[in-house]
Amino acid sequence: MYGNAYIDPNEKANGILAGEDSIKLQEFEDRIARGEKIEPKDWMPKEYRKQLIRMIEQHGHSEIIGALPEGTWITRAPGFKRKMALMAKVQDEVGHAQLLYSAAETLGKSREDMTNDLITGKSKYSNVFNYPAFTWADACIIAWLIDAGAIINQVANAKGSYGPYCRALDRICTEESFHLKYGHDNVVTLATGTPIQRKMVQEALTRWWPPIMHFFGPSDKLSGHTEILMRWKVKMATNDEMRQQFLNMYVPKIWDLGLTVPDVNLKKNEETGKWDYTEPDWDEFKRVINGGGPCNAERLAVRRMAEERGRWVRKALLNKSEQYVAPLA
Amino acid sequence: MRLNIKIITMIQSLDPRIARENISENNTIEPLTPMDNWETYEVFHQKKRGDQHMHVGIVHAPNPEMALLFGKDQYGRRGITANIWVVKTANVFCTEYEDQDMFETTPEKQYREAGGYKVMDKINKYKKAQKPA
Repeated sequence: MYGNAYIDPNEKANGILAGEDSIKLQEFEDRIARGEKIEPKDWMPKEYRKQLIRMIEQHGHSEIIGALPEGTWITRAPGFKRKMALMAKVQDEVGHAQLLYSAAETLGKSREDMTNDLITGKSKYSNVFNYPAFTWADACIIAWLIDAGAIINQVANAKGSYGPYCRALDRICTEESFHLKYGHDNVVTLATGTPIQRKMVQEALTRWWPPIMHFFGPSDKLSGHTEILMRWKVKMATNDEMRQQFLNMYVPKIWDLGLTVPDVNLKKNEETGKWDYTEPDWDEFKRVINGGGPCNAERLAVRRMAEERGRWVRKALLNKSEQYVAPLA
Repeated sequence: MRLNIKIITMIQSLDPRIARENISENNTIEPLTPMDNWETYEVFHQKKRGDQHMHVGIVHAPNPEMALLFGKDQYGRRGITANIWVVKTANVFCTEYEDQDMFETTPEKQYREAGGYKVMDKINKYKKAQKPA
């Protein structure tokens, strides 16, 4: 569900093409400009490989970590149907991680290395999952609005240039459409319910609005090397473009339910056709992504625990004479 | 005697299942080693009996039986499925894209295509020549 690769704005944007064969680079860029897909064993610039691994891997980690705050609510989801649906959603998310890790593997990073980088904190995942889901309504807001944001991001990236990532995203997007409908259904139930239910969903929206605004990543003004990543079709839309698209599609739906978005400056600018909003607190975003959020420690500790406890089973099943071969496509 | 006091922060989670596990915030584990997640299998999915199987992706598994289980969970989650095949990636042999030129002249060999034989012009010409003046 949740792919928003975080690119450190302070990283040097210059010099990333140093040492590349200029003829091969030109052929590579021409192929992308013609709309061709790049496949696993094709020539690609080092930076393209690096950025894609980082992006697909982070996307995979986000699916796994994102299943934690939602999984919390399976046992307490109101009613049998919602328990079944939430369980299916969490299973979907874990399955998406498998698809994404497979795509990243075709670029030469092993699944074990990806897991190691996640549990040691070296690799990032979507920042929103460093916040807790306090009530059932939080789980509903996540399923509706975070998944909505994820779909915007994934539909855009599915048109990107790396074949295996696009194919994984096509499959993922099909499943995500159920998540969105399920989340919306739950939010509508609360918003059209008793005063207590309405209060609960409003409070959850208020809590989740800042992380939702952070979801698409820092403002374009602060983002490094967006230009080359867009030319290579690694990134298909800028962070601000995706944020605008999200606001345009979902703010009216939120207002339809009589809910209040906690931003007094939020309104559609009739002249530009774009949404005006209060600039999100990017210092808070950085603080949380670097480990300072309310749930960072818990998420990684739980992931390490799961890894540790499953290890003997995996070891017992391992056939030592087998060898790893990278997937073909 | 000096007491060695180590402060361990335990995870305080909202999730009762996690809270009762008493996990330390600083739990560490040995890093995963190669093959910890096993080898890969290529998965082929058949929608309806009689259709051809399509390659859909991979799973990591320690044996073919588990590869089929994971294949079902991963690629048979939605829609209809008649059958799934798994093949160890290591057992797939393929041509190289670099050698693609070996297929290059295939479409040119028109003498192997029905469309490569055009007789109507000749027949019409013959018929015209046969007509009494």
